[in-house]
Amino acid sequence: MTDLATPAIANPVPAMSSEELRAARLSAFVRYSLLTIVGLIMLYPLIWLIGASFKTNSEIFGSIGFIPQDPTLDGYRKGWETSTPYTFGRFFWNTFLIILPKTIFTAISCALVAYGFARFEFPGKKILFASLIATLLLPNVVTRIPQYILFRDLGWLDTYLPLWVPSAFAGDAFFVFMLVQFLRAIPRDMEEAARVDGANSLQTLLYIVVPMLTPALISVALFQFMWTMNDFLGPLIYLSSVESFPVSLALKLSIDTTEAFDWNRILAMSVLALLPALIVFFMAQKYFIEGISAGGVKG
Amino acid sequence: MARLQIRNLEKVYGNAFKAVHGINLDVADGEFMVLVGPSGCAKSTTLRMIAGLESISGGEVVIGEKVVNRLQPGQRGIAMVFQNYALYPHMKVRKNLSFGLRLQRTSKAEIERRTDEVARILEIEPLLDRLPKQLSGGQAQRVALGRALIKEPQVFLFDEPLSNLDAKLRASMRVRITDLHRRLKEEGMSSTVVYVTHDQTEAMTMGDRICVMKDGRIMQVADPKTLYDRPANAFVAGFIGSPEMNLIEGRLDGASFRVGDQSLPLDADLMNRLRGWTGSATLGIRPQHLRLNAGPGLRGRVTGAEFMGHEVVLHLDVAGARLVAVLPAADYAALDRGAEVTLTPEPGMAHIFDGAGENVSLPVSH
Ligand SMILES: Nc1ncnc2c1ncn2[C@@H]1O[C@H](COP(=O)(O)OP(=O)(O)OP(=O)(O)O)[C@@H](O)[C@H]1O
Ligand SMILES: [Mg+2]
Repeated sequence: MTDLATPAIANPVPAMSSEELRAARLSAFVRYSLLTIVGLIMLYPLIWLIGASFKTNSEIFGSIGFIPQDPTLDGYRKGWETSTPYTFGRFFWNTFLIILPKTIFTAISCALVAYGFARFEFPGKKILFASLIATLLLPNVVTRIPQYILFRDLGWLDTYLPLWVPSAFAGDAFFVFMLVQFLRAIPRDMEEAARVDGANSLQTLLYIVVPMLTPALISVALFQFMWTMNDFLGPLIYLSSVESFPVSLALKLSIDTTEAFDWNRILAMSVLALLPALIVFFMAQKYFIEGISAGGVKG
Repeated sequence: MARLQIRNLEKVYGNAFKAVHGINLDVADGEFMVLVGPSGCAKSTTLRMIAGLESISGGEVVIGEKVVNRLQPGQRGIAMVFQNYALYPHMKVRKNLSFGLRLQRTSKAEIERRTDEVARILEIEPLLDRLPKQLSGGQAQRVALGRALIKEPQVFLFDEPLSNLDAKLRASMRVRITDLHRRLKEEGMSSTVVYVTHDQTEAMTMGDRICVMKDGRIMQVADPKTLYDRPANAFVAGFIGSPEMNLIEGRLDGASFRVGDQSLPLDADLMNRLRGWTGSATLGIRPQHLRLNAGPGLRGRVTGAEFMGHEVVLHLDVAGARLVAVLPAADYAALDRGAEVTLTPEPGMAHIFDGAGENVSLPVSH
């Protein structure tokens, strides 16, 4: 054994000749340049958006470049004030009022339902799970009208309830599905140990399953956060008074109310609207990646 | 103080597979009972029914004086050690140990006292503030043991707790667990144990009594010595002991056992135990109980000899049947491949099994 191993250790990788070295550098240079260019092309709209938000209105469509000739904060200042009696801060607050209960209750309800499907046997389980998956395949639009009528009869129009209450009852089948898959990969031994230790089902869920599920739950919360932030159709259908508009509707509002659109205001507010999602994503990135890749749970 | 009784216990799984066929077992208070058997013989199923992790399809489990069929695992007064430790991955060792006590709202002082005591006994004090993933296999298993110990349960349940450890560690853990059991017993604490393993060395060295199972049925329950010397049937005879007991099919008539054209005269002790039984039978003789060229015996041709230093494992062909003998190393010189030798069973060491595999040569008094 040792005789076999020594030569490999004694002889390091043979040194590259200078020619080979040059070729390797060149190929690396080409590779990285190509990647950088493609990356820039993909990101260009975003870069342009940020640049344009500092331009004057007249300049925006004047040039394709993204560096403003004489940068101004006008867009941000005026955009923040809006043409309504409310500042944009109000609309951010409204978005927050929708996102907060929606994200929290989604995490709670989906964890409960997924735990049920993944760990318990009950009559009709197969059919129930199949119909859950079926709702995944159903186009959203199909249920819009019956839902609207239902919420109207409940007197929930122009409130935030239609926007988050369905999610509080694990209405987002995708999240339930995702958590069920994640749970199936986690061995049951820990939960059985907890039962032997005297924990009931809820305690097991709370003290054992949820901590192991945390990365997946963070992914769920993150997705829900971003999707809700970007949701336009929901608020458009259910909200009618300007004072309760979330950011997504408010952006559109500035287009509606002025004849000559102040594009730099809209762009400036769009940039602001992007920020929360970006900040949250980068803060949670570590867990998010873990959530997607955590299959190897070890006892 | 608790004895454990299993009465006509049955398990039918959801797919209508009957895993356990009405077994009865009585584990005395403080007894170390080992469940052993080949893979798939329902050892784990039985243990999990005792624990309450698997529903009971029929029969009763009694702990102390109480039928526990309808009780949750946490209410049965049991503690369990799992094969892959099953430590709570997000809790430090200290919290892992005290999880059960905290659920029962035990006082802080009491939790601290017991944690320290268990940590001292198992020598895991330096590990208390680590996470499970920062432990080696042996350390994790000791923590798992501690988590059972700290609850001071009436019955300890082990499901192959050592099978993930390497051979050396396994041997030392074996001693540690038996020591622990003895210590609990001496201190008058409840120390009834049901220990599942498929490793017969573990079974023989650890068990006060051993329950050998096969296909969801109990084959024999006895102390290690009885199991080895007086196996109730051919299955137990073949399962316990290494190398396996030789089982040679033939015919018993009068005072000799016939196999092929050979006839092996039976010794007086065996004749006595057989009480005149005749018919087609299986002769059982352990490899260690054969002597080379020591009078009348089974003639065979040597097909191989493994020299082990202190002994020789000899493989023979006897009238078409395989025979294995373990001989003193000194005999090795006399053995050549293809040599014809005679092997004689030591008096009183052979067994006769009938067509159904039952041992018909057990002593009367048994
Ligand atoms: N959930 C289940 N559904 C159906 N059959 C099962 C189930 N669990 C176990 N079995 C069957 O029951 C029998 C006993 O299984 P069990 O796990 O108790 O065996 P074991 O003696 O512990 O084996 P091993 O030594 O391999 O752990 C096996 O034949 C197994 O296939
Ligand atoms: Mg098993």
